[in-house]
Amino acid sequence: MDTILNTYSTVKESEVSVWFKAAEVGKFAKNGGVCVKYKDKQIAVFNFQRRNKWYACQNLSPEKNENVLSRGMIGDENGIPKVACPLHKKTFSLETGENLNGDLNAIATYPVKIVDNFVYIGFSE
Amino acid sequence: MKSVLVIGNGMVGYKFCEKFVAKEYSKDFKITVFGEEPRPAYDRVHLSEFFENGDAKALEMAPRSWYEKNNIELITNERVTDIHRTNKTITTISEKTYGYDYLVLATGSSAFVPSIKGVEKKGVFVYRTIEDLEGMMSYAENLKKKNPKAKAAVLGGGLLGLEAAKAVMDMGLEPHVVEFASKLMPRQLDKRGSSVLQNKLENMGINILLSKATNKILGEDTITGMEFGEYDKIDVEMLVISAGIRPRDELGKTCDLKMGTRGGIVVNNKMQTSDPEIFAIGEVALYNEMIYGLVAPGYEMADVAVDQILGTTETLMSADIDMSTKLKLIGVDVASFGEPFMPVEKGYSILFENKTKDLYKRINISHDGKKLLGGILIGDASDYNMFHQIYLNGLPIPEDAEELIIGSRGEGGSSFGSAMDIPDAAQVCSCESITKGAICSSITEGGCNNLADVIAKTKVTTGCGGCKPMVVDLVNETLKSLGKEVKETICEHFEYTRQELFGIIKIKQLKTFDEAIDTCGKGDGCEICKPLVASIFASLYNDTANKEEVIQDSNDKFLANIQRNGTYSVVPRIPGGEITPEKLIVIGEVGKKYNLYTKITGGQRIDLFGAQLNDLPAIWKILIDAGFESGHAYGKSLRTVKSCVGSSWCRYGMADSIGFAIELENRYKGLRSPHKFKGGVSACIRECAEARGKDFGIIAIEGGWNLYVGGNGGATPRHAQLLAEQIDNETVIKYLDRFFMYYIRTAAPLMRTSTWLDKLEGGIEQLKKIVVDDKLNIAFELESEMQGLVDAYQCEWKQAIENDDMVSRFQHFVNSEDTDDNILFVPMREQLQPSAWGN
Ligand code: SRM
Ligand SMILES: Cc1cc2nc3c(=O)[nH]c(=O)nc-3n(C[C@H](O)[C@H](O)[C@H](O)COP(=O)(O)OP(=O)(O)OC[C@H]3O[C@@H](n4cnc5c(N)ncnc54)[C@H](O)[C@@H]3O)c2cc1C
Ligand code: SF4
Ligand code: FES
Repeated sequence: MDTILNTYSTVKESEVSVWFKAAEVGKFAKNGGVCVKYKDKQIAVFNFQRRNKWYACQNLSPEKNENVLSRGMIGDENGIPKVACPLHKKTFSLETGENLNGDLNAIATYPVKIVDNFVYIGFSE
Repeated sequence: MKSVLVIGNGMVGYKFCEKFVAKEYSKDFKITVFGEEPRPAYDRVHLSEFFENGDAKALEMAPRSWYEKNNIELITNERVTDIHRTNKTITTISEKTYGYDYLVLATGSSAFVPSIKGVEKKGVFVYRTIEDLEGMMSYAENLKKKNPKAKAAVLGGGLLGLEAAKAVMDMGLEPHVVEFASKLMPRQLDKRGSSVLQNKLENMGINILLSKATNKILGEDTITGMEFGEYDKIDVEMLVISAGIRPRDELGKTCDLKMGTRGGIVVNNKMQTSDPEIFAIGEVALYNEMIYGLVAPGYEMADVAVDQILGTTETLMSADIDMSTKLKLIGVDVASFGEPFMPVEKGYSILFENKTKDLYKRINISHDGKKLLGGILIGDASDYNMFHQIYLNGLPIPEDAEELIIGSRGEGGSSFGSAMDIPDAAQVCSCESITKGAICSSITEGGCNNLADVIAKTKVTTGCGGCKPMVVDLVNETLKSLGKEVKETICEHFEYTRQELFGIIKIKQLKTFDEAIDTCGKGDGCEICKPLVASIFASLYNDTANKEEVIQDSNDKFLANIQRNGTYSVVPRIPGGEITPEKLIVIGEVGKKYNLYTKITGGQRIDLFGAQLNDLPAIWKILIDAGFESGHAYGKSLRTVKSCVGSSWCRYGMADSIGFAIELENRYKGLRSPHKFKGGVSACIRECAEARGKDFGIIAIEGGWNLYVGGNGGATPRHAQLLAEQIDNETVIKYLDRFFMYYIRTAAPLMRTSTWLDKLEGGIEQLKKIVVDDKLNIAFELESEMQGLVDAYQCEWKQAIENDDMVSRFQHFVNSEDTDDNILFVPMREQLQPSAWGN
């Protein structure tokens, strides 16, 4: 099980070597999430329109290792943008990946950029 | 810097650390903790929950990172083997040596295994650690594969033994409890109480064998049975021994500390052993010539030891230790407090027994009738907290003490006043030793504003949790006394109650979440307020969940309930439970085509489990083409209206209950409300539809229907209360419209009708005034609002599959047609289930 979890680690903008062209902006629900497939990875991407921001993180909830985070609801806690897992409502910061309401390990986050109406996610391999 | 070594990282050893680092002077000390078990300290009291969820992490007292953060060195998997008092060092199993200034022994105890011939055989377990449970679970799993009817015994009918019996039963084995004494829970219950409990347990399927001394465990090298006398034996394939505990005092013995004659390391009221620099706390410590097998005294000992080491020498262990207990988990209320048995020279007893309900209550009163000395409660222990407080604090009791157990005869009152009447010094949470005064002053002086603040600040309720109802009362009453409104505001984004927000949205005609949060909230919203606002919109405008799908609870977003492995269930509506063979065949075909696990639900319909997200639209297309609609099994909305077969077939039927159930289910389907709601229609008082267990229940009588409301199964079962008698179909609908609309307007989020009715000032009488007599003059408004919602109904699944944009929501990937290949199923009987969650 842990092996799936290990396929994800945070990528900082400065570490990006591949900008993966995911899909056009119109396919991403406003203020909601969708899942992007990149090689063997599943990445949850959120179009946080209220803040005019985009966030990406692993789709895998680290609590039970299910690929569901993109189906979770987004929002904020004390100003920190977050996503709530649809299974047991564990919440994670979309900025740092930190588990805000428990002691789970942080999830991996990825940089997102929009170019010519397309959504790109940054990977280091 | 001084060094404190803690040996044993169990509940009490952990509590010592927690209390230590919370103190100001603790910075001058370095704490090192040794634990023999592989993982950091966990909550043994709730060990049995491991059976339910296999989640060891959830039991952790604190994660490893907590120890790091607090500068505590935690060394697990390392047993301490020797103490050298002369040079103040210890050595461990891996032959490492550590020096100490103070040593704290918190080595706890181990399960006592009596020396019966054959106890070493395979299949014999004790019940103490997570590893014990894991061993039992995998053993039971294997047994069941070979013999689905396998039996297991528990040796010992005490508190723990009964808990173990429940666990064994939950593992799917036939449980047998073997007790040496002539009654169950011999230390806490009298004979009468024990026999009521026995009856109740036997009804649950737990077999009880009393007065049995086990001579021998039978079997070659694996257990096959237990022998009591020459011709007296039972066949069992597994045994859990729960015959008491033995302190883990071996370290004390080897370094010559003073020991009790029957074990345990002797301590004084400072928790010092015979060596003043060595302390012993928890289940290893022999205090007042007793070992206390409960967490509360252990925590108090930890507190005393912390203060003593830090130099606050006036903190001493209490002389009297309260041994009151409440049995948890087994599904029967059992509690015993103070002096459960009453020697005639000390007082007299009042007993109440009702065999038809398996109820037994005993209270023991002082000769002058002024004090409650102890008692036993079986079948209903809801008064335990209050009795316990009365007993602990010597509070006054009614002149006629029997009122305590027979109940006051007035309406809605309890025979003793409110929780606020107990003195400030009264200990409310015995696990964390927190007094009523501390709870109240955390609000009046400590700046706490609600229950969550109080829990975070004082740690109250975080032990066994038994004090929670009383703490809730205290917090609410204190807030009220400060003139603070006890306001359940929705979350950090909306400083309103649901009822207030409902009013604002309605008056301002707000229609989107952004409008709502920009007008009367702040921030970006969260998983609490978004679904709540969505539900209010739905109740006001009867929008379906497709309207603004990103603010719907995630189940509503996908119009299906998410399951353990991220797949979904499909529940078509089957109004009243009536279905044609043709439709049954369609369900069967869908199940077959998509390989779905199929089950009849508790709500008279059929659930198909294991559908992948991207298959949902296609599945629903087939169902909708065959005439099905969404069953809203995911929504906070009408579930089912259960019916009995009624006058159409039943020889006792007095009305057409199926027809009426279908009519009502169709009327209220899709209606969003603060929580889900359910109905039932029975055609005579035999009540086969269990209508009184539902939010609304209708029972046919001579000349009409009786209408009941506010029933609930679930976690807090309640019978529905009579709202109106002998009314016709039309009046039933009229009253139901009013009742629901009023509930939808005023209830708190996620509050079922039963709790709402409990909290409604004036209760059912007040509700009658509003619904039947229309005292508020709003009946017309309520009815027309409801009619508007009924008219606006549409099936949201139909809506979703007919719209390409909506269908795209159900794709797993935005950039690929692939499905989630991480999902694994395993066979179960002739169908399938998700593979188990790993840790
Ligand atoms: C399928 C079913 C169990 C079964 O196999 O029979 C079921 C399954 C679930 N129930 Fe239930 N309940 C089912 C009948 C019941 C009943 C019996 C009844 O309706 O007569 C009750 C007690 C009656 C009552 O509600 O008063 C019941 C009381 C609950 C509760 C506790 C409610 C309470 O007030 O305490 C929950 C939790 C909640 O709603 O917060 C719950 C929640 C759930 C959830 C939704 C948990 C979840 O979020 O995943 C389960 C998911 C079902 C799914 O994925 O489709 N279920 N649940 C039954 C579906 C009935 C149906 O056709 O819709
Ligand atoms: C199933 C179950 C249900 C229970 N329910 C309740 C309840 O409802 N209410 C209640 O009040 N109590 C209950 N208890 C009792 C409660 O769990 C104990 O009172 C409490 O755990 C005692 O804490 P402790 O730290 O003294 O001992 P423990 O929790 O046993 O911890 C001692 C630790 O020290 C370790 N250790 C021992 N020797 C060494 C050594 N030489 N070197 C290193 N480590 C060592 C042990 O491995 C162990 O991890 C229950 C117990 C069980 C098993
Ligand atoms: S179906 Fe109901 S009772 Fe059964 S586990 Fe799920 S929520 Fe609990
Ligand atoms: S699986 Fe995500 S919170 Fe439980």
